[in-house]
Amino acid sequence: MGGPYDLYQQLILDHYRNRRGRGRIEDASASVHENNPVCGDECYLDILVVDGRIAEIRTDGDGCSISQAAASMLTEAARGKDLDEALALVEHFRLMMHGEAEADEDLLGDAIALEGVARYPVRVKCALLSWLALRDCIADYRETVATGG
Amino acid sequence: MASAAQHALDARALRAEFPILASPRPGGDEVHYLDSAATSQKPQRVLDSMDAYYRETNANVHRGVYEMAVEATERFEAGRDAVARLVNHPREATVFTKNATEAINLVAWAWGARELGEGDEVLVTMMEHHSNTVPWQIVADLRGATVRFCPVTPGGEIDMDAMRDMIGPRTRMVAVVHVSNTLGTINPVEEIVAMAHEAGALTMVDATQSVPHMPVDAVAIGSDFLAFAGHKMCGPTGIGVLAAAPGRLEAMEPFLGGGEMISDVTTEGSSWNDIPWKFEAGTPPIAEAVGLGEAVAFLEGVGMQSVRAHEKEVARQMLDALGEVPGLTIYGPRDVEHRGASVSFSVDGVHPHDIAQFLDSKGVCVRAGHHCTKPLMRQLGVQSTARASAYLYTTDDDVLALRDGLIECREWFGVA
Repeated sequence: MGGPYDLYQQLILDHYRNRRGRGRIEDASASVHENNPVCGDECYLDILVVDGRIAEIRTDGDGCSISQAAASMLTEAARGKDLDEALALVEHFRLMMHGEAEADEDLLGDAIALEGVARYPVRVKCALLSWLALRDCIADYRETVATGG
Repeated sequence: MASAAQHALDARALRAEFPILASPRPGGDEVHYLDSAATSQKPQRVLDSMDAYYRETNANVHRGVYEMAVEATERFEAGRDAVARLVNHPREATVFTKNATEAINLVAWAWGARELGEGDEVLVTMMEHHSNTVPWQIVADLRGATVRFCPVTPGGEIDMDAMRDMIGPRTRMVAVVHVSNTLGTINPVEEIVAMAHEAGALTMVDATQSVPHMPVDAVAIGSDFLAFAGHKMCGPTGIGVLAAAPGRLEAMEPFLGGGEMISDVTTEGSSWNDIPWKFEAGTPPIAEAVGLGEAVAFLEGVGMQSVRAHEKEVARQMLDALGEVPGLTIYGPRDVEHRGASVSFSVDGVHPHDIAQFLDSKGVCVRAGHHCTKPLMRQLGVQSTARASAYLYTTDDDVLALRDGLIECREWFGVA
């Protein structure tokens, strides 16, 4: 138990109240829909891939401030990255959430504000929901391309 | 009818008997524990009884001829006597399980997996805990049977007209929760059991949220099976209870096989021990039965009428206090005569997880999530709710801390 300031930094509340990259992409290259079985939160994630890069990324769905802020920060951090860079970004964030990596602010951007979530094990899943959805979405996209679908 | 004054209990005095509530947490914060529907706190005497069992007479039950083993068996079986007495049920038809979930699974497998057939129906309600839904789905799937869900009214009560319509010649089992862990609703289980029996169906009453909080008479309810958990009634985790109507257990094949549940074992096959031991394979939760017996003695000392009267008052206070928070929605009945002291709610603009996390920073422990009632959440049109749940040790201080925390929470998240 600590003050609410421990977890809810101003940057997190800002992304929660003013979500970036919210909505769906109509002509998406790949889409996933995932949920957090602990709380029932849902996340829709769409990517538009152009020349091997994430030209656009959007997330939608409902959730707590941590999951919504994390999704908002993800769209800013991943937009413009090529697919391998995006996967590396997700993996870095995942390790940070599990306390297994020093946070790299250059890579994470605003998402560095989520570093403190690692101390709240139940909330780590909230933060990871959209980020792992991107990993799955890229895998789906690559499978579709490989199978010529 | 006795007045509330005659039943008054002193929650502040009772708190002194609970080590977790009697002293602040490390760091000096007072705890406002409002998650007793998930698990109750334990009085010192329950902890002491289990400690004494391990220190004084730890031995395996039933088999030993030496004095310590005999005493261990006596203490273990005394726990069964206490539990049976509390719900006015014959001791031999009172089976110890791991938890309430296992008690329901026992019936789903020992009865359902053998007796359900193609086209048969198990009727549950939309407000069941997953523990009274999923076991039936698994077994029904195995046997080609169907699980149907009786709807819940917008007011948070079982739709009894729908229930009447849905119970039919194909209905073999009606499984219903006595008090909803999410909505707090007290359901008319006597009436539902009678309706089911009239149609020739058996019944399972999930009494997990009723036995700890009010007088429950298993015989008066008349259900074929009734399940509850030790840890929600001041007892330890790791022990649950299945109370079965006379004749039911005798007619069923065992659930788990192993030691203690047999009468004879040969290379050709086995025969079964008498009830209740036929359904208690392996070394049972001995210390837990001792602790649960002590918890029952504690509850009997307070009086279940008094517990119910106190919680009715706390529920009233909680509904009033939550009503003072702007933008707050309460799910479930408002009339405290028809509800327990578990209250689910949501606050516009603040996710239940954030409510629970913020309240934690104020020392207020509430739960957020689907409360293992996902079909109900879908019917309510929400993904999750926050839930505050009281017990005999809950005071008006706890309720006020909840209200003040929620008002501050709205300000923090910028919806005030």
